[in-house]
Amino acid sequence: MHNVLQLTYDGIVLGSILALGAIGVSMIFGILRFAHFAHGDLMTVGAYLAYTFVRWLHWPIWLAALPAIVLAALIAVALDQIFYRRLRRVAPVILLISSFATALMLRALVQIIWGPDNHVYEQGISIPIRAFGLIITPDSLKVLIGAAIMVTVVHLFLAHTKMGKSMRAMSDNMDLALISGVPVNRVIFWTWMFAGVLAAVAGILLGLNTRLIPTMGWDTLLPIFAAAILGGVGRPYGAILGGFIIGLAMNYSVLFLPSAYKLAVAFVIMIVVLIVRPQGILKGLSL
Amino acid sequence: MSAQGETILDIRGVSGGYGGVDILHSVDLNLKQGELVVIVGPNGAGKSTLMKAAFGLVRVSKGQISLAGEDITNISPDRLVHKGMSYVPQEHNVFPTMTVQENLDMGAYIRTDDARPQMERIFELFPRLKERRKQPAGLMSGGERQMVAMGRALMVEPKVLMLDEPTAGLAPAFVQQVFEWIQRINEAGISILMVEQNAKQALRIAERGYVLATGENRYEDTGAALLANREVAEMFLGGR
Repeated sequence: MHNVLQLTYDGIVLGSILALGAIGVSMIFGILRFAHFAHGDLMTVGAYLAYTFVRWLHWPIWLAALPAIVLAALIAVALDQIFYRRLRRVAPVILLISSFATALMLRALVQIIWGPDNHVYEQGISIPIRAFGLIITPDSLKVLIGAAIMVTVVHLFLAHTKMGKSMRAMSDNMDLALISGVPVNRVIFWTWMFAGVLAAVAGILLGLNTRLIPTMGWDTLLPIFAAAILGGVGRPYGAILGGFIIGLAMNYSVLFLPSAYKLAVAFVIMIVVLIVRPQGILKGLSL
Repeated sequence: MSAQGETILDIRGVSGGYGGVDILHSVDLNLKQGELVVIVGPNGAGKSTLMKAAFGLVRVSKGQISLAGEDITNISPDRLVHKGMSYVPQEHNVFPTMTVQENLDMGAYIRTDDARPQMERIFELFPRLKERRKQPAGLMSGGERQMVAMGRALMVEPKVLMLDEPTAGLAPAFVQQVFEWIQRINEAGISILMVEQNAKQALRIAERGYVLATGENRYEDTGAALLANREVAEMFLGGR
């Protein structure tokens, strides 16, 4: 028998990872109007960069995360400058396809550099905490703490800084932002930094929660898109909400379905949302 | 306000439009310091297009637009904001998920000085906005949204304020209210150019008016004279 409480806990852990990925996807769509398919693989890159510092320099994961986050943010900006910037004025579908190609490149690079095998951040057995009938692994606690910190940072950034407000403004109404004198290109630059930071953290937390494999980010992309769409595209707070709902739904689904169908549940939710309420919970942009 | 002031916005022989098709044909218009000028005319006359051309949102293929003597033809909107022009579009003129106060903050984006005194002045003009400053603009009524839109545009303390159909879609009771706000903004010394469908009401508060039809100048006179002109009234103001 499945323990509903345990499923809830696991769902929140998964949901917090999806939420971080979905915020980036949602903001990129809101500001640049295209679905960034390389986002999952950007997460993978972030996770492996952190792994490098853990392995070579024997840093603890929280310390290794810092340079990995910075590098991933720079990679995100570089991807935009090298590939996407040249395609800003073409049809969004071309940008989408180019991001798909970027995804393949990133994944291939990960396999070339770090190999196709599984890795873990820490070897050995960690003793889970048992409380209230729950099995709480130390790694899952780290995921929750890391996600809570990031969501707080995201909120403070979006609600209280000039750049954060400008991002929301551009996502809300691009033309009005332009005629208010918002420097569009600078906001785009910082949007990629922001998305890169979030992708790296999401990737690292995903690696902590499971293992590192080159397809880890790609495999998570579908529920991330489901979360972003469910929350309302271009709505960062909606993406957080969407992340938790999808994470919980995927975990609860094992009460009724074999667990191999978890991903299909996210997919079904996405399709139903697109048919019934394409603007999402928080009334995002029309797709 | 004196109509003898210096010309602040000067549109001369402007043609232009979207893509390769010109909607405007050699249009002239000028706005003097402190004036309130309204552009009226039938649907499709190019009224909004003319205003957008002045704000760099529509390509000008011929002619010249200058602001206080400086050529601003085909300059992008974000640069025009720095030069003292502000524009309120007819639709989608607020940031819907942002609060009233955040909308005003975005209006002040380019300011490097303290914008709070200006925000206080806007709250004096629109006390309702002060009450509701923590509410998302998208959840407000049409009239309130128009306050937010004008407030955002006023945050930069513009020399020229351009309003594209500020009363479109508002309940009749609100229309007069909006015209009163516009008069008060104008009395504070801001030159205003506006496009209006409620032509009669707009001409009553305007110093001068331009009648545009099929992208060309038709009439140009004081608001009162245009209202008294039988031909204008019959053809463009829906009779008496």
